[in-house]
Amino acid sequence: MTQWIKACKTDDIPDEDVIRFDHDNKTYALYRKDDQFFATDGLCTHESVHLADGLVMDYTIECPKHNGRFDYRTGAAKGAPVCINLKTYPTKIENDDLFIELA
Amino acid sequence: MRIVIIGAGECGVRASLALREQGFDGAIDLVNGEAHIPYERPPLSKPSADGVALKPIGGTDRLLEDRIALHSDSIALSIDRDAREVALSNHERLPYDKLLIATGARPRPLVLNGNDVPQARYLRSYDDAKALYDVISPDFRLTILGGGFIGLEIAAEARKYGAIVTLIESAPRILGRAVPASLAAKIEARHRMAGVTFHIGKAIASVSAARMITLEDGTEIPSDVVLAGIGSLPNIELAQKAELTIGNGIAVNGMLQTSDPAIYAAGDCCSFPHPLYDNKHIRIESWRAAQEQGDHAAKAMLGSTDAYQAVPWFWSDQYDLTLQIAGLAMDATEEIERKIDEQASILFHLAADGRLLAASGLGIGNSIARDIRFAEMLIAKRAKPDKTFLADPAFKLKSLLSSAV
Ligand SMILES: Cc1cc2nc3c(=O)[nH]c(=O)nc-3n(C[C@H](O)[C@H](O)[C@H](O)COP(=O)(O)OP(=O)(O)OC[C@H]3O[C@@H](n4cnc5c(N)ncnc54)[C@H](O)[C@@H]3O)c2cc1C
Ligand code: FES
Repeated sequence: MTQWIKACKTDDIPDEDVIRFDHDNKTYALYRKDDQFFATDGLCTHESVHLADGLVMDYTIECPKHNGRFDYRTGAAKGAPVCINLKTYPTKIENDDLFIELA
Repeated sequence: MRIVIIGAGECGVRASLALREQGFDGAIDLVNGEAHIPYERPPLSKPSADGVALKPIGGTDRLLEDRIALHSDSIALSIDRDAREVALSNHERLPYDKLLIATGARPRPLVLNGNDVPQARYLRSYDDAKALYDVISPDFRLTILGGGFIGLEIAAEARKYGAIVTLIESAPRILGRAVPASLAAKIEARHRMAGVTFHIGKAIASVSAARMITLEDGTEIPSDVVLAGIGSLPNIELAQKAELTIGNGIAVNGMLQTSDPAIYAAGDCCSFPHPLYDNKHIRIESWRAAQEQGDHAAKAMLGSTDAYQAVPWFWSDQYDLTLQIAGLAMDATEEIERKIDEQASILFHLAADGRLLAASGLGIGNSIARDIRFAEMLIAKRAKPDKTFLADPAFKLKSLLSSAV
């Protein structure tokens, strides 16, 4: 069973940036780029560091700890030191609210 | 084409993976002087709550999947440059067309009055770490020689276990080589708060067989383990024997190529010219540099002629504090402080002409990470950022990037 969870207002995320969203004892990262929205797991797959403290450049999120990179659209790990992909979640917008679909 | 890589540390492994990422389909031999699967070193001095773990570089099966022939527990003994062959301790001979030396560094041994000190222990390998953490316990007396990164990280870990930790530094302050004095003072204060005893500016007179350390001023420090963290030496002997050019490490050019065009060297063992710092030959011991140089050497062996110019970057974790340093501050004439919050600040190191050379940040968790990353990009662009912007924590450094030339 999946469900759509209201995560934040779209304006809570600055353009080309990331914020942290916690729900049900799990943490997620929400991204905005040119009015497209994306959601991934919140922790880096290298050493469980919050990606929301990292840096967004285009469609890449860079981990603040050791600069591991992921494509936040697909979750694909983009080279050293990360090797495990990041989980991604579908998003939708309704009346300026951002929803993410969680299992 | 056959490529042989000597040393399966961060650099050698990353080079082997990068060769495949670049589409190289030939044979890759990776000579692993250790008996374990290649692993990450930084966690050895920052273990998780469950103790020290072997964290494989790039994941457990990656080398196998990438068809990299790992020769474990075998040491490369010599390089025959005419025959283009490497001789291993298990009597195998590996022919090469291109060779990468990524032999890393080893701890500088403690010498007192011209003699080695057999009581001293070191931390470089998983086995070293395992042996150390197996004995650390409450009321265990750990004496650390050297206030460098390794010694300080171990001090922080050992305090978590309740050990009695004493740190001796012969220089006038800790972290004298790499970290600005004001940040080093904050780090020292954090350690004192955690209960570490310091003897700074004190030289050691002797270490008894029962590990009683006597300082030159007569202070006696009884110890269960004496751990020396007094720097490291590049592993150059193989290159030396093969008569490659040496100079503070195995000397390489901008493509990380040694004085033999078929042989490259990268990581902790090499010294290379850095275009951002007047092409001075430098040797750096940094995990990210080992990765980047492994990557660079792989591309160079496949024909790229680009010069390596990544901004040096280093981090250290002690307690809840993270230190990150980008760039090299050696030629800086001015320091600008940016106070991010109560605990976190960044020092920007500027050259006389205003160019940003380096940035050193210290704070809780990842509080300084983003700004250090922007600083790194500004350093790479040789930017001369406005000092008032650097000092103002409300000013977004990101906006300087587009304007920097
Ligand atoms: C405890 C510890 C903590 C660290 N923490 C940090 C940190 O927080 N941040 C940071 O930036 N850096 C850190 N570093 C430094 C970082 O780990 C090194 O810069 C990095 O490992 C260098 O990689 P390398 O591949 O060049 O060398 P190494 O990792 O030393 O690997 C070289 C390998 O080559 C092998 N070898 C040598 N000679 C031969 C031979 N003749 N034949 C076969 N094999 C051989 C060695 O046994 C070794 O396995 C730390 C290092 C240590 C030891
Ligand atoms: S924790 Fe993210 S790259 Fe290491």
